[in-house]
Amino acid sequence: MDMKRNYYEDIQLLDSKVLWFWFMMLIAFLIVFPFLIPKLTGSSYYIYMANYMAIHVIVTLGLNILVGYTGQISLGHAGFFALGSYFTVLFMTHLNFPFLLALVLAAFIAAFFGFILGLPALRLEGPYLAIATLGFGMAITQVIGRWQIFGGRMGLEPPPLDLFKPFGSYILETDAQKYFLIVSIAFLMVMAARNLMKTKVGRAFIAIRDSDIAAETMGVNLVYYKTLAFAVSAFYAGVAGGLFAFLLGFINPSTFNFILSIYFLAFVIVGGLGSIFGSIMGGIVMTWLMLTLDKIQELPHIGTALVSFSKGWMSLTGLPNVASIVFGLIIVLIVVFEPLGLYGFWIRTKIYWKTWPF
Amino acid sequence: MFLQLIISGLSYGSLYALIALAMVIIYKTSEVPNFGQGEMAMISTFVAYMLLVSYEHSFALSFLGALFFAAALGAFLEFVFLRRAKEPNILSLILITLGFQMMLYGLASWKWGAEQRDLPFPVSDFDTVSLGPAVLSYLNAATLLITLVLMFLLFLFFRYTKVGIAMKATQQNAMAARINGIRTKRILSITWGMSSVIGAVAGMLLAPIATLDPSLMLDPLLKGFASAVLGGMTTLVGAALGGYMLGIIENLFGGYVSLEFKSVVAFGIIVLVLCFRPSGLFARHYVRKV
Repeated sequence: MDMKRNYYEDIQLLDSKVLWFWFMMLIAFLIVFPFLIPKLTGSSYYIYMANYMAIHVIVTLGLNILVGYTGQISLGHAGFFALGSYFTVLFMTHLNFPFLLALVLAAFIAAFFGFILGLPALRLEGPYLAIATLGFGMAITQVIGRWQIFGGRMGLEPPPLDLFKPFGSYILETDAQKYFLIVSIAFLMVMAARNLMKTKVGRAFIAIRDSDIAAETMGVNLVYYKTLAFAVSAFYAGVAGGLFAFLLGFINPSTFNFILSIYFLAFVIVGGLGSIFGSIMGGIVMTWLMLTLDKIQELPHIGTALVSFSKGWMSLTGLPNVASIVFGLIIVLIVVFEPLGLYGFWIRTKIYWKTWPF
Repeated sequence: MFLQLIISGLSYGSLYALIALAMVIIYKTSEVPNFGQGEMAMISTFVAYMLLVSYEHSFALSFLGALFFAAALGAFLEFVFLRRAKEPNILSLILITLGFQMMLYGLASWKWGAEQRDLPFPVSDFDTVSLGPAVLSYLNAATLLITLVLMFLLFLFFRYTKVGIAMKATQQNAMAARINGIRTKRILSITWGMSSVIGAVAGMLLAPIATLDPSLMLDPLLKGFASAVLGGMTTLVGAALGGYMLGIIENLFGGYVSLEFKSVVAFGIIVLVLCFRPSGLFARHYVRKV
């Protein structure tokens, strides 16, 4: 049943009628979701959350291509995210580009920087690469914070999200309208990543992860594929960053700090290294956790207990930082106890039930 | 002007040297760059602040207390989390230290909030002593002096004490050290504690110049990494020299080229060194076996 007999079966998106059914159900759910939510909850908060999740899924995929599939480390992905964000806004305000063109161009700029960062990565590995990418991420926000064209410390405000600007006007304003744009882009990016991993390029990435010297011996061009991995990964981060500017409605350098890079890495780890499905789960679950912990004092029971604890022992203003503690703890625990993340958990559960009485 | 820049560069450089030393000590034994180093130092500095201001203890008692706290914290983190990792590879070790970083950062922000405080210090930043055409504040002079004393103590420690020699043995070959009866795991905990203390000294010397808030060490951490990379992640002397060099280079860049982009210098140095001499200026080049 699970045996693949030829290449075409391997690259097939869905290999059974049941899967097709669930896939169609998923698409139907994604389409109906924004109409359903305001009726059920009376607010568009969950649509905003879904947008946030979709953006994080894109970044997580990109970072997973680099960390999980190619085996490189990046602690500077907030830098690429920032580049995508700023250049999308700049192209739209100064050059009057339509949104999609600006987004793609900005993502290509991010990809170019990814390529540049990929060059030293050819000679570096492990800890040294981590330090170099950390420095890169910090340098980007430092430079952006000091250049006037990027709005300096004050940041930038994105223009109205106009889809066909020079030829007509269709402005997306509400979260539900943005939802269709963001989620369809996220959907395309997921499909692209999934297909990329089934091609020669994806197999080259995996070979480099398992042993770069062995890969080189087998004829994988290391220079080409390592820089390509960085570029693809940065492209994903750039696209997500461009969308993020319009989700937030305001960007400034302190949004894209070092902590954000670690958050991205946490999404990948929690989801599962080297798995597309894991990236989706990681992005969704961790975004939910992040947004929930941001308003931790409003949670029932836990919130009130934490507020009274904060009044006695900690500071009340610093309470949202509990999110940071929880994230740190999750990273450590996942690495120690479940190195494959949610994906590993999913696989084990699936196998357990498949073979159940045995 | 030139001499002034050099001297204040040396003073900042000694802080970078301390952070780099703390990092290299851990890197040599655990083979992981400790991304939690900065936050470990930051939280120890906050403990000093708390003992001084909230409980009104004397300077000596609070600073010593903070150093003890730092040692306990380092050993605790190693013992509770790092040691539990099964078959650790480099990525998972780095991730664990990043987890430390986030936990400690969140804890400090929760406890003390984001407001900026001043750590009182027995030596003033405003009284100065003049050295020829250049002036040096008492605080900078104290920083230079304390760093030199600490380095000398480290030298003595690694040369003449049993624990120091055992530590060197563990760094060179953990397996051989174990065969010779050294409890390498315990040595690892001690290493983390020691490194944490050195970092805490840097944090306490830095806090009076900067302002004390939870992001105190984010930037200096990168500088420490840059120094360690510049001098070589595998030599203590090299890392210390790298720290001084980075301090001077950065100050000269700030004085003559552009003050605005001074903080980007460290990144430029990291990239240049990693491109041309990945193992640092003062370390022997290593060859990886397949």
